[in-house]
Amino acid sequence: MEKVKCECGHVNPYGTVICESCGKPFFEEEKGLLNMRYEGVARRSQTYNKTMIDKVWNFFSSVKVGIWIIVITLVASSIGTIFPQEFYIPPTANPTFFYEAEYGALGKIYYLLGFHDLYNSWWYMLLIASLGVSLIICSLDRVVPLHRALKTQKVTRHESFLKRQRVHGVSKVASFNETRNQAKNILKAKKYKLFEEDGNIVAEKGRFSRWGPYVNHIGLIIFLIGCMLRFFPGMYVDENIWVREGETVVIRGTDGEFFLRNDQFIVDFYDDADERFRDALVRAGSPIVKKYQTSATLFKRVDDGVVGRDPELVEVARHDIRVNDPFKFEGYALYQYAFKQNEISQMSFEIEESETGERFGRIDVSTYDPQTVYNLGGGYKVEIIEYFPDFYFDDRRTPASKSRIPNNPAFIFKIITPDNEEGEISFVGIQTNQDINGENTHQMRFVDIDMNHVTNLVVRKDYTLGILMVGGIVFMIGLIQGMYWTHRRVWIQKVNDELWMSAHTNKNWYGLKKDIEAVVSKTELTMPMDNVEEEEKKS
Amino acid sequence: MKNRRFITRLLVLLSISIALGYTFYTSFANQKDIVAVGDIAPNFVLKDLEGNEIELHDLRGKGVFLNFWATVCPPCVDEMPYMENNFQKYKDQGIEIIAVNFDEQPIRIERFVDRLNLNFSIVLDPGLQVSQVYGVRELPATFLIDENGVVIERRIGALTEQMVEDYVQKILPSQ
Amino acid sequence: MANMAQLSSSLLLIAFFLYLAATIFFAVSVTGKKFKNKAGEEKNKAGSLGYISSIIALLFALGYFVTRWIVAGHAPVSNLFEYTTFLGIMMSLAFVILYPIYKANVLGLFTMPIVMLIIAYASMFPREVSPLIPALQSIWLKIHVITTALGQGILAIGFAGGLIYLLRVIDFKKSDKQVKAIEFVMYSIISIVGYILISSIFSGLNYEAQFTYIDEKGMEAEMVYHLPPVVGPNEAVLLTDERMTPFFNVHPNIKSADLNTVIWSLLTGLVLYYLIRLITRRKIGELLQPLLKGVSPQAADEISYRAIAIGFPIFTLGGLIFAMIWAQIAWTRFWAWDPKEVWALITFLFYAAYLHLRLSRGWHGEKSAWLCVIGFAIIMFNLIFVNLVIAGLHSYA
Repeated sequence: MEKVKCECGHVNPYGTVICESCGKPFFEEEKGLLNMRYEGVARRSQTYNKTMIDKVWNFFSSVKVGIWIIVITLVASSIGTIFPQEFYIPPTANPTFFYEAEYGALGKIYYLLGFHDLYNSWWYMLLIASLGVSLIICSLDRVVPLHRALKTQKVTRHESFLKRQRVHGVSKVASFNETRNQAKNILKAKKYKLFEEDGNIVAEKGRFSRWGPYVNHIGLIIFLIGCMLRFFPGMYVDENIWVREGETVVIRGTDGEFFLRNDQFIVDFYDDADERFRDALVRAGSPIVKKYQTSATLFKRVDDGVVGRDPELVEVARHDIRVNDPFKFEGYALYQYAFKQNEISQMSFEIEESETGERFGRIDVSTYDPQTVYNLGGGYKVEIIEYFPDFYFDDRRTPASKSRIPNNPAFIFKIITPDNEEGEISFVGIQTNQDINGENTHQMRFVDIDMNHVTNLVVRKDYTLGILMVGGIVFMIGLIQGMYWTHRRVWIQKVNDELWMSAHTNKNWYGLKKDIEAVVSKTELTMPMDNVEEEEKKS
Repeated sequence: MKNRRFITRLLVLLSISIALGYTFYTSFANQKDIVAVGDIAPNFVLKDLEGNEIELHDLRGKGVFLNFWATVCPPCVDEMPYMENNFQKYKDQGIEIIAVNFDEQPIRIERFVDRLNLNFSIVLDPGLQVSQVYGVRELPATFLIDENGVVIERRIGALTEQMVEDYVQKILPSQ
Repeated sequence: MANMAQLSSSLLLIAFFLYLAATIFFAVSVTGKKFKNKAGEEKNKAGSLGYISSIIALLFALGYFVTRWIVAGHAPVSNLFEYTTFLGIMMSLAFVILYPIYKANVLGLFTMPIVMLIIAYASMFPREVSPLIPALQSIWLKIHVITTALGQGILAIGFAGGLIYLLRVIDFKKSDKQVKAIEFVMYSIISIVGYILISSIFSGLNYEAQFTYIDEKGMEAEMVYHLPPVVGPNEAVLLTDERMTPFFNVHPNIKSADLNTVIWSLLTGLVLYYLIRLITRRKIGELLQPLLKGVSPQAADEISYRAIAIGFPIFTLGGLIFAMIWAQIAWTRFWAWDPKEVWALITFLFYAAYLHLRLSRGWHGEKSAWLCVIGFAIIMFNLIFVNLVIAGLHSYA
């Protein structure tokens, strides 16, 4: 692990290809253009390879490995789009059967290989993680020596360094000083920074663009850290609530602190008469939604009461929650997500004498909280014996309820009339009205129905968003810095009786040559050759 | 110099692996339960069908068999008689059974309780506030709370009569 | 309003013909180089005329964009016709920006036809103004889509540069993999021409063939074909008289009408391709190569790289960062693994790999040019295939 001492006196770290100070190439036997990548510095990774730690480090510090990781991630990501991911299949479908039923044998293989949930698989996360590791180690390994090399570079360069640049030319001039000064002024006007040493010049501009890649890598690392933090408890809340119109519910994920009342839920459709959209509406065939909106009132619980006790609430804010317009409060956001229209909230019935059709009083039965007995006076009474909010017949052919939601309300009523204090029993549901004993003289006649809309809101709290945003901004800054600026250097040096001019840029040779043309056109200097173009012409 | 390099690399790799390790652990290990075994059971106040308030905190010193249920959940319905039998057997030994209903219409609960002639505490949870605090998303769910108010067992899923009895014996107060 | 809508379409039509004019001017300027004896200024004139035409075309195209915006009341980038057209316009904008730097007429000769092809392809989609569903009603629709299209337009110039490079350097006397691959690229482009041609012919004839079939949910449904059915939908029953019967029917999960169109396009492309080869007795690449004699491969490489260096940050900003911001607002999460989103990520990763290969592994010239071609293929795949076949949250546009 010896250091390399250059003939200019500078001591370079082991593995250096081009002297950091004077630019003398250490491997003279290699001909052709110098590889200026990373200024020919020693990438530390490639120099020590003893311990396990070094081996791991060197693996991740290789750009080749990095590119492989990118390519593998790319291919893996594309596989995930062949069939829909698990979270996009219908919520009622069982993935075990869904993929085979929908996509046949290929679907089954897809499922068995776990591709139905590819982006959450351990190996995909491992890929992203190794991308992050590669980003960190590659950057660390290059930015430090590159920074040192650019800092230690001297103005005066070794001849073979100049000769082996892509742009290099030799001019015979009458007056060295005058030519030099002219060149200096022109380059200065072009915003180059000039450094001089023993009558030699280096004009440099846009060095900061060399840091662009590292800045954007830092941005990506910040972004990935943000994504990682999402898994830490307390950083991220993802809940969802259903709220009926007029109802106040506790907002999940807020530890019982906030409550929300749904004041009104609206769905608007585009007007068929709107001439602008008529053709499109005809093509669509069904109405197109214009707006979903939940007008909501937010409350905060102010008693320090125990969970479950009737809360003491104070109104905090109101907002019309729409798609693209969430309700934000204290780090939380409520998003309009889905809705259910026309949930039955109340059914009204009248007692009717079957023979005469005469009616005796009306009852309004809430589907959310039916009373046990409705007293109509005059000896008429209705008792609810059983209530099935979501009626169906179970395996044993007995009436039952699928859920607590009033999707299909049904009742067993006992009708008590002055003539029959024992009561008659009948079963009433939507479109059914059965006389259980077959001897009833009265029936419950359905007369009216009330509907309610239910809104579905997503509750989100995400402390990582700020970090992700910072990552994104840093990434963009780095990208622009590296892509829209270029690092250009022009060396003008007196070698023997000639004036040598060489130039280098990390990208956009075209722009560099325009700068040089400007120098050449007004001085005695001749246009240097572009060795790459020369090669091309030869072939 | 060489040592410094080794240590820097070690530190960088170590911190990366710790961060990644933790992330992988939290994302693939079972979701942390909101109320886990060993926690003090969160206090709550709920009303039964008659409107009497029942506060968990008042039951310190007793073993509490806390069950979350609904009439539309067949395994929950099956468990109810087992709970009733064990309640009758152990109520004098300091066992309390609380069955928190999953926000159903009171009339349904009333009719159900009458039909099965249940005597232990059936409470309503309007808005599912308590169910949320206990992180209950699937029914039935049972929490065993000992005399000190500590959760000693948490079970999601159906119970047999024997299991109910074993559970109840686990939380029998010492005196 | 109806007048305005009419005006908008006319402006686009005029722009289309101006792009054609630009193509012709650039062709003259490039082929003019053969006659080296004539005054050099003359060919520059054709080049400048081409550039001027492309600028005027761009202005007319922007006129279309603005008037349509006024008619619809929202930025016209919300369905496939509008977005694809806009991508073409953005590509011409990218050209207008990049041309003065390099003054390469050959770039115009390649870019302008691609712009025309994209706009013509776009016009095959339903062109009516569609209303915005709630998720699209956001200022981010404009910001995200416009930035993304601009980025993709500039990346498309990278593709043109890469194509020029390859056509310039590949030796068509051989019949190796490269020649085959470039001929395949040419064939793909010709297939798009084929698609436009065949669809226009049959829509001119008002061709329709109606089917009833059993859809993926096992329900009976109807479907109308606008091209003669080579493949039919699942358990198809033809309702229209005197129409050809499909050779076979496909699984209900496959959109048979789209597949039918693809088959027709590929067949027409094949016919066109072999017709050209038969008549000229040359490979397509071989035909184009003489046009590029005066082009420095080095310069083509530089242009394509420069275009990607400029386009990549813009695409990333529009296609990923702005997209994430909008998704966070509209879909409650910044990343949903929606296929369109995933393919934007794939595009990003691909160009990232390109840049690393170029900067760190020294991939220049041929390899780099091929990557530019593949990159553009990914963009087109995301635009066409992902939208039409893999429908996700983005299925509206």
